[in-house]
Amino acid sequence: MNIHEFQAKQVLGRFGVPVPKGQAASTPDEAAAAFRALGQPKAVIKAQIHAGGRGKAGGVKLIGADDEARDFAARLLGKPLVTHQTGPEGRVVRRVYLEEASQVARELYLGMVVDRKAAAVAVIASTEGGMEIEEVAAKTPEKILTEPIDPLIGMAPFQARKIAFALGLKDKQVGQFATLLAALNRAFVETDASLIEINPLVVTADGRVICLDAKISFDDNGLFRHPEIRELRDPNEEDPAETEAAKYDLSYVHLDGNIGCMVNGAGLAMATMDIVKYYGAEPANFLDVGGGANAQKIAAAFRILLSDSRVKAVLINVFGGIMQCDVLARGVVDAAREVKLSIPLVVRMEGTNVKEGKQILAESGIKVIAANDMADAARRVVESIGK
Amino acid sequence: MSILVNKNTRVLTQGITGATGQFHTRACRDYGTQMVGGVVPGKGGTDFEGIPIFDTVERARTATGANATVIYVPPPFAADAILEAAAAGVELIICITEGIPVLDMVKVKRYLKDSKSRLIGPNCPGVITPGECKIGIMPGYIHKPGKVGVISRSGTLTYEAVHQLSQLGIGQSTCVGIGGDPIIGTNQIDVLELFNKDAGTDAVIFIGEIGGTAEEEAAAFIKQNFRKPVVAFIAGQTAPKGRRMGHAGAIISGGHGGAADKIAALKAAGISVAMSPAELGVTMKAALDGRKN
Repeated sequence: MNIHEFQAKQVLGRFGVPVPKGQAASTPDEAAAAFRALGQPKAVIKAQIHAGGRGKAGGVKLIGADDEARDFAARLLGKPLVTHQTGPEGRVVRRVYLEEASQVARELYLGMVVDRKAAAVAVIASTEGGMEIEEVAAKTPEKILTEPIDPLIGMAPFQARKIAFALGLKDKQVGQFATLLAALNRAFVETDASLIEINPLVVTADGRVICLDAKISFDDNGLFRHPEIRELRDPNEEDPAETEAAKYDLSYVHLDGNIGCMVNGAGLAMATMDIVKYYGAEPANFLDVGGGANAQKIAAAFRILLSDSRVKAVLINVFGGIMQCDVLARGVVDAAREVKLSIPLVVRMEGTNVKEGKQILAESGIKVIAANDMADAARRVVESIGK
Repeated sequence: MSILVNKNTRVLTQGITGATGQFHTRACRDYGTQMVGGVVPGKGGTDFEGIPIFDTVERARTATGANATVIYVPPPFAADAILEAAAAGVELIICITEGIPVLDMVKVKRYLKDSKSRLIGPNCPGVITPGECKIGIMPGYIHKPGKVGVISRSGTLTYEAVHQLSQLGIGQSTCVGIGGDPIIGTNQIDVLELFNKDAGTDAVIFIGEIGGTAEEEAAAFIKQNFRKPVVAFIAGQTAPKGRRMGHAGAIISGGHGGAADKIAALKAAGISVAMSPAELGVTMKAALDGRKN
């Protein structure tokens, strides 16, 4: 789960990580009031969307009066902002964030991530702040320092010092940075984060080390123990079909093709997308109905697939191990009747009670294209849309 | 021969009274696996269909001589269940549970470094040596005893591969689902090492997916050390960047984890890569036939 910058800064602030003072606003008047409340000669106003690259896209501005805050907010709010991370349709700005402006002397990069290889949380730091870290990693890997943290010991002070010196910090900044990093680590561990990115971490003209930007992603599997983090979810930033799917415990990801796919198991679901492409068409989605799908779930899955008007045919690929093919077949028949299915439906079933399942489909009167195996299913569904 | 489990493996179920635990304990017992005990705190002294239940793994192990355990307990308690099994000295721990917080697994993995226990999973279908021992949620009847080893991060896609093999008359030595999470107990290379030493395994099917760099590392390992034919498939060739494809570990992020890099690495290591998941079986058949000639 992702959250907005202003929420990330609130979370970090709670753990004692130094962030600039700021306030969020969802109307132009609120933005003007927020500027006055900050009480500083200058402030930065920033569009709040779940995507990076906002500065280059015109979503960030330095302002010096409440009218400027109002004007900028009026121009951005309610309209999509297109950055290199949003795709061409952009993301609608629903909030702006105003914070005190900082005099920046140096820009650094600081990140924390779960390092799969080290099986530990790792700190990633670089002197190249304000840049895309992937780009820095590709072009100048020597400018990136990675430091794994032992989960049983936690962040050791020497590690924080090592990173501070590598970043070229000196004097009081070293101690400040060590305190900041310890707080950041606590925030990471105690909220079940999967990624924290401070880009840039800045040294101000008066020598303070603070987080100018902040991005946090949380491990969905850890959310059950953090109700206060779950509250921060912004449904506006999520695909409505994906939100609907989550209600039924379905795992759905919207894609750009026109073959709707319904599969049990994540690996098989990905492989089914791949085989659709292999035979010359594009999958419209990833959809894993899970191991124990019942008729109700299948019906919900159908509705979600068909809510995408680009879907021209549906491919069901189920390897019934725990899921029994007759149960699946009954679910498919009920759902197809309920949604009055009018586009081609190709079904490939294998596994437990497959004979009964095939019989149920054959006798249902619903137009089903039965496939013998995965390749056959992919060929038939691609044929069905006239490719 | 086989790896990890065989007809002598004695298995506990942690979480034996839950719906999933009951269903699969029964299915594994019916397959012929020696299901010797269950663990449910507070239910010690009772039994599940004749299988004795204990309050702790330690008591269960002492009383039954179990050398393996399978975990179905819900995600909030699963990491603790793994630690309990390791502390009790159970040699093989297979964790089926999906949805364990990754930071819990970071701690578990660290703890297991100093332990003799091996963890398979979490978020995996389990391990089966066809005809001898099935531990996990895979449908037993699609398997066939034989000499092809299977390594996979996925569940149903593994069944698909196994089904294709069995249909072609190719049996399996052992099938290991290592799990779809970012941090897992036993990785591809660990299993490859076991298959390399196993006289009962002639060839290996390797099913990877997007996310991380484990496939690239396995490819390098195979090139250096592995002396048996390998057939691979990588799921997620059409997956977009930055989106999680169901499995917590299946995500292309930070410029890593794309299918194209993995396929290129496997091919560079001389591995036959099936470009369609429907061709796993026939690709293996061709590899085995090529070897005989």
